[in-house]
Amino acid sequence: MSTATSPGATPPATVAPAARRESPLSRLLAVRELPVVVALVALVAVTTAVNPLFLSGQGVKDLLLNATIVMMLAVGQAMIIITRNVDLSIGSMLGLCAFGTGTMFAGDSGVPIAVVFVAMVALGGLLGAVNGMLVTVARVPALVITLGTLYVFRGINNLWAGGTQYFADDRPRAFGALSVDTVLGIPIITLVAVAVVAAVAVVMSRLRAGRDLYAIGSDPDAAAVFGIPVLRRVMAAFIANGMLVGLAGVLYASRFNSVGATTGTELELTVVAAVVVGGVAIFGGSGTVVGAAVGAFLLTTITSSLTALRIDKFWQQAVVGALIIAAIAIERIASLRAARKLREQSEREVLDV
Amino acid sequence: MSETIAAETAERPSSRLRALLLNRGAAMVYVLIVAVLLASISIDRFASPLTVGFLLLDVIPVLLIAMPMTLIIVSGEIDLSVASIVGLSSATLGVLWADGWSMPAAMAACVVVGVVAGAVNGFLIAIVGLPSLAVTIGTLALFRGLALVVIGDDAVADFPREYTRFAISKIGATGIPVVMLGVVAVVVLFGVVLHLTSFGRGLYALGHSREAARFVGIDVDRAKFWLYVAAGVVSAVVGIYWTLRYSSARSDNATGLELTVIAGVLLGGVSIFGGRGTVPGVVAAVLLIGTLNYGLRLDRVSDVVLIIVTGTLLIASVLGPRVGEAIGRVRHERRVRAALPAAGPPPQAPAEGAAPAISLESLHPSSDPAPGAANERKQR
Amino acid sequence: MKLVQVKRRGRLPVAVALVSTATLLLTACGGSDSDGGGDGGGGGGGDDLAITFIPKQLNNPYTDVVLGGGEDGASEAGFASNEVVGPLDASASSQVSFINAETQAGTNVIVIAANDPDAVCQSLEEARSNGASIVAFDSDTNPDCRDVFISQVVAKDVGLVQLEILSEQIGGSGQIAILSATANATNQNEWIRFMEEELESNPDYADIELVTTVYGDDDDTKSFQEAQGLLQAYPDLKGIISPTTVGIAATARYLSTSEYKGQVALTGLGLPNEMREFVKDGTVSEFALWDPAQLGYVAAFAGKALADGDITGAEGDTFEAGELGEKEVGENGVVIVGPPTRFNADNIDEYDF
Repeated sequence: MSTATSPGATPPATVAPAARRESPLSRLLAVRELPVVVALVALVAVTTAVNPLFLSGQGVKDLLLNATIVMMLAVGQAMIIITRNVDLSIGSMLGLCAFGTGTMFAGDSGVPIAVVFVAMVALGGLLGAVNGMLVTVARVPALVITLGTLYVFRGINNLWAGGTQYFADDRPRAFGALSVDTVLGIPIITLVAVAVVAAVAVVMSRLRAGRDLYAIGSDPDAAAVFGIPVLRRVMAAFIANGMLVGLAGVLYASRFNSVGATTGTELELTVVAAVVVGGVAIFGGSGTVVGAAVGAFLLTTITSSLTALRIDKFWQQAVVGALIIAAIAIERIASLRAARKLREQSEREVLDV
Repeated sequence: MSETIAAETAERPSSRLRALLLNRGAAMVYVLIVAVLLASISIDRFASPLTVGFLLLDVIPVLLIAMPMTLIIVSGEIDLSVASIVGLSSATLGVLWADGWSMPAAMAACVVVGVVAGAVNGFLIAIVGLPSLAVTIGTLALFRGLALVVIGDDAVADFPREYTRFAISKIGATGIPVVMLGVVAVVVLFGVVLHLTSFGRGLYALGHSREAARFVGIDVDRAKFWLYVAAGVVSAVVGIYWTLRYSSARSDNATGLELTVIAGVLLGGVSIFGGRGTVPGVVAAVLLIGTLNYGLRLDRVSDVVLIIVTGTLLIASVLGPRVGEAIGRVRHERRVRAALPAAGPPPQAPAEGAAPAISLESLHPSSDPAPGAANERKQR
Repeated sequence: MKLVQVKRRGRLPVAVALVSTATLLLTACGGSDSDGGGDGGGGGGGDDLAITFIPKQLNNPYTDVVLGGGEDGASEAGFASNEVVGPLDASASSQVSFINAETQAGTNVIVIAANDPDAVCQSLEEARSNGASIVAFDSDTNPDCRDVFISQVVAKDVGLVQLEILSEQIGGSGQIAILSATANATNQNEWIRFMEEELESNPDYADIELVTTVYGDDDDTKSFQEAQGLLQAYPDLKGIISPTTVGIAATARYLSTSEYKGQVALTGLGLPNEMREFVKDGTVSEFALWDPAQLGYVAAFAGKALADGDITGAEGDTFEAGELGEKEVGENGVVIVGPPTRFNADNIDEYDF
C-alpha cells in the first residue's frame, strides 16, 4: 500500500535520538522526485555532449515548448490520480477546447485574446464538472466514466468541427506570437505553464483543499470519517483538471498549426505515463504535481533527445515504455522502503516507551 | 421477521433461474437480440448472410481478446498492452515471412512472442507486484515500440493467397466465417474456465481480495501470471488473423484496440473493481457494439454518431445500476418510514462518504462510500 | 433477503435503460435521413447508378476539395446517387469495413484513395465480384484490385517539379530532407522514388545530398515535431521537400516561428489557402500542386464509363470527362489529369482552395 512518506510523530525529546541520524543527504535521497530529476539531467547532459545543438537557443526553446502542453495536462492528471481516480478523457477535452479557440478567433472576429482564454478555461471546467459529477454524485468508477466521456467528447468534437480546420493564420498574430516570443529566453506559454504548476503545487502542499486530496487518495473511508468533504474535494479536483486542460487547449492552438476534429487524440496515455514516471503512485495518496511536471518534461525530452542523437527513431517508443516500467518499479521500491521505515519506527517507539 | 428470513433463505429453484435470467449479463443478451431485430427491420439489407460475414470478421479481434481480458478484470487487474502485442505479432509475422520463413514456422514464432510478452506482464504484475494499470501502460509503449524496431516503416503485404483467402472464407451459404469455429472454441474455453471450474470461482474471489482467494485455495501469483500469458497468446493469435485478413503486416496494426475491448468488457457487465461479470454478457456486449457499428456503417451514418453511441452506452451501463439502486433504496426507505411508529425523526443518512454506522443504510448494500474506495481491494 | 431483492430490482431498470437507449438510437438513426442519406444507391444496372467515394480519411482539407470536384462530376456524369464515406483516421485497415458496406449496398462504382495499397485488396475484390467497378484515385491500390487509377499528374513530374523548385532555392547544392505523409502512402512513395532516381542520375543535382526521409503521418502535430527533429539532427540542412499538404503546412509553421525562417528552404505540395500566410511572410517562396477538384471530377466520369461498359480499363481506352474533354487510359490502367501548377507570391491570390 502506498503511504505518505512523512514519518510519524516524533518521540518525546527526552529519548536520546541515537538512531535518528537523518542527514540532509539522506533526506535528499529520499525525495520522491529524485530519480526522475536525475534521469532528466543525465539525459540532457549526455545528449548535449554528443550534439551541442541540443541546447542551442532554438533547441532549448523547442524543448520547453514541446513540454509545455504535456506539463499542464500532467499537473491536472496528477491531482486526479492522487485522489485515486483517473481521467482518460483529457485528449478529447483538449480537442474541444482547442477547436473552440479556433472557432472564437475565426474570420477575424476581433475577440480579445484574454476573453478566449477565460472562455476556454471555463469550457474545460465545465467538461471536467461533467466527469466529476458522474464520478462523485453517481459514484461510478472514474476509469469507466472517463473512458465513456473520452468517446462522447470526441464524438461531439467531430460533430462540431466536421471537416473544418482552423489554421495559424485564422488566429491573430499576437496570439500565435505567444509561442514564439520569449522572456529571458523562455517562451511565454511556457512561463504561463510554469506559473500554473507552481500555483497548483502550492495549493497541494499548503492549502487544506489540496492536502485533503492526499488523504482521500490514501484512505477514502478514513478521510470521510475524519470529516473531509470527500465528494466536494474530488469534484473540485475534476473541475480543476478540466480548467487546466482548457488552458492547455488554448496554448495548443497558439503553438500548432491546425485545430480540428482530431486534435488531441491519444494524448491520455502519454499523460498518465508522464505522471507515473514523475513519481505519482497510481493508487493515489502520494507524489507531487512538480514531479508530474518533471515527468512530462522527461518524456517529451526523450523524443527530442533520441532524434538529436540520431538514434533510430524506431527505438523511441520502446525506450519510453522501458522507462515507464522502470519508474514504476522505483516508485514501488521507494514506497516499500518508506513503509518498512514507518513500521520500524513505530516498533522502536513501542520499545522506547 | 424470523420466518420471512427463514423462508427467503431456503433455496428456491425458481429464484436461481430468475437470477440467471435477470442478471446483468443476461440483460446484455436481451439488448443484443432487440438490437439485431431492430437493425434487420429498419436498415436496408442488414438481414443477409453478407452482414453476418462482414460483421463477424470485424468483431473477431475484439471478441477474442475480450475473453482473457474478462478474466483479468474479474480478478481485479487490467491489461492495456494487448493491442501492442497484436501489433508486435503482426510485425513479427511480416518480417519472418519476408525473410523466407515458412508460414507455419512464422506463425508459431508469433505465438511464442505472445507468450513472452504475456510473461513479461505477468512477471512484473504477479511476481514483482507492480500495479497493473501503470505497468501495462508501460508495456503498451514498450511492445509497440518493439514492433517498430522489428518492422520499422515497412509493410509486408505479399502473404500467400491460401492463407489470406482462408482468413475471410465463409462456411457455405450461411456467411459465417470459417475462423469463427476457432473463435467459438476460445469463447467456450474461457467461459467454462470462468464459470464452471474452481479456478474460475477463485478468480471471482481474487477480485474481492487476496485473502478470499487464498481461502478458496488458488495460488494468487501463479493464477495472475498465467492469465497474462493467456492474454499474450490470444493477442498474438489475433495479430496473425489481423495480418492475414488485411494481407498487411504493419507496426501500427490494431492501434487503440485495447480501449474497444475494455469498453466491450465493461459494457458486458464486468465490474472494473473485479469480482463480478460473466462471459456471455461480454460476448453479447461485444456483438452489440459490432452490430451497432456495422448497422450504422451500412446505413452510411457517420462514424461520429458511432463514437458518441459507444461512449453513451458505456456510461449508461454503469450509471444504470446506480440509478436502480438509488430508486430501490428510496422506495424501501419510504416504506420503512411509513411502517415505523412516529417516534422522532429517523436517523440521518450518514454524511457524504462517512462509513455507515448503525442505520437504515446498514441494511442495504450501499454503493461505495467514496469514489474509487473499492480500489483498495486491489492493493496487496 | 432484502439484499437480494434490492439488487434484483436494480437489475431490471438496467435492462430497461439499456434496451430503451439502444432502441431509441437505432430507430433514430435507422429511420431518419442521416448524414449519408438513408438508403443509398440501389442495385446495379439500368439508369440508377450509385457511386461512393472513400477518401484516405475524412476531415482533411485537400480531400474535401477533391470530393467537391467528385460531387460535381458525379451529378454531371449522370449518377443517381453519390455518397462519401470514410474513416476518421488514415490507418491501413480502417477503410475495409466501409468497402464491405458498399459491397453489401450494391454500389456500382467505388472510388477509393488507399491508405495502404494491399490492405484493401481483398475487400475490393469481393466488391468487384459483386459487380462493382473500382476506380482508384489520388493514392493507388494494388493494380490487381482496381479497374483504373486516376492520377493527378504524371507521377514522375510531381517528383521532379518539387526537386526543381528546391534546387533553385538552395542554389543547386547542399543537404536536403523529405518530410512525407504515412510510410505506406502509395502516392508519396512513388514521388519520392522518382526524386531519388533523379538525384542519382541528373548531373545538375550532383551536389545535392538527400540525408533522410521522415514521416509525419499526415498529422499536424507529428509533422511539426518531425520537422523540429530534422533540424536538430541535421544542422546543415538547407532544404526540405514535403510532398503532402499537411506536412508542408506544419513544417512552414515551425520554420516561421523559429530561427530557421529564411535559412532553410521549404517546398512541396501545398494548398494555396493554407500556404498563403507563409508565402507572404517569406518562409516559403514557391510550391506546387494541381487542381484537386479535377481529380475527383475525372474519377466520377471514369466510374460512369466503367459502369456503362464503355471502357474496361485497358490501355488505349478513352472516355469523355465532361468539361475537361477526352481522357485516355495509359499504361497499367493509369489516367493522367493534367500538369502540375507552381504557386508563388505572384499568383497565390488567384486561387481559393
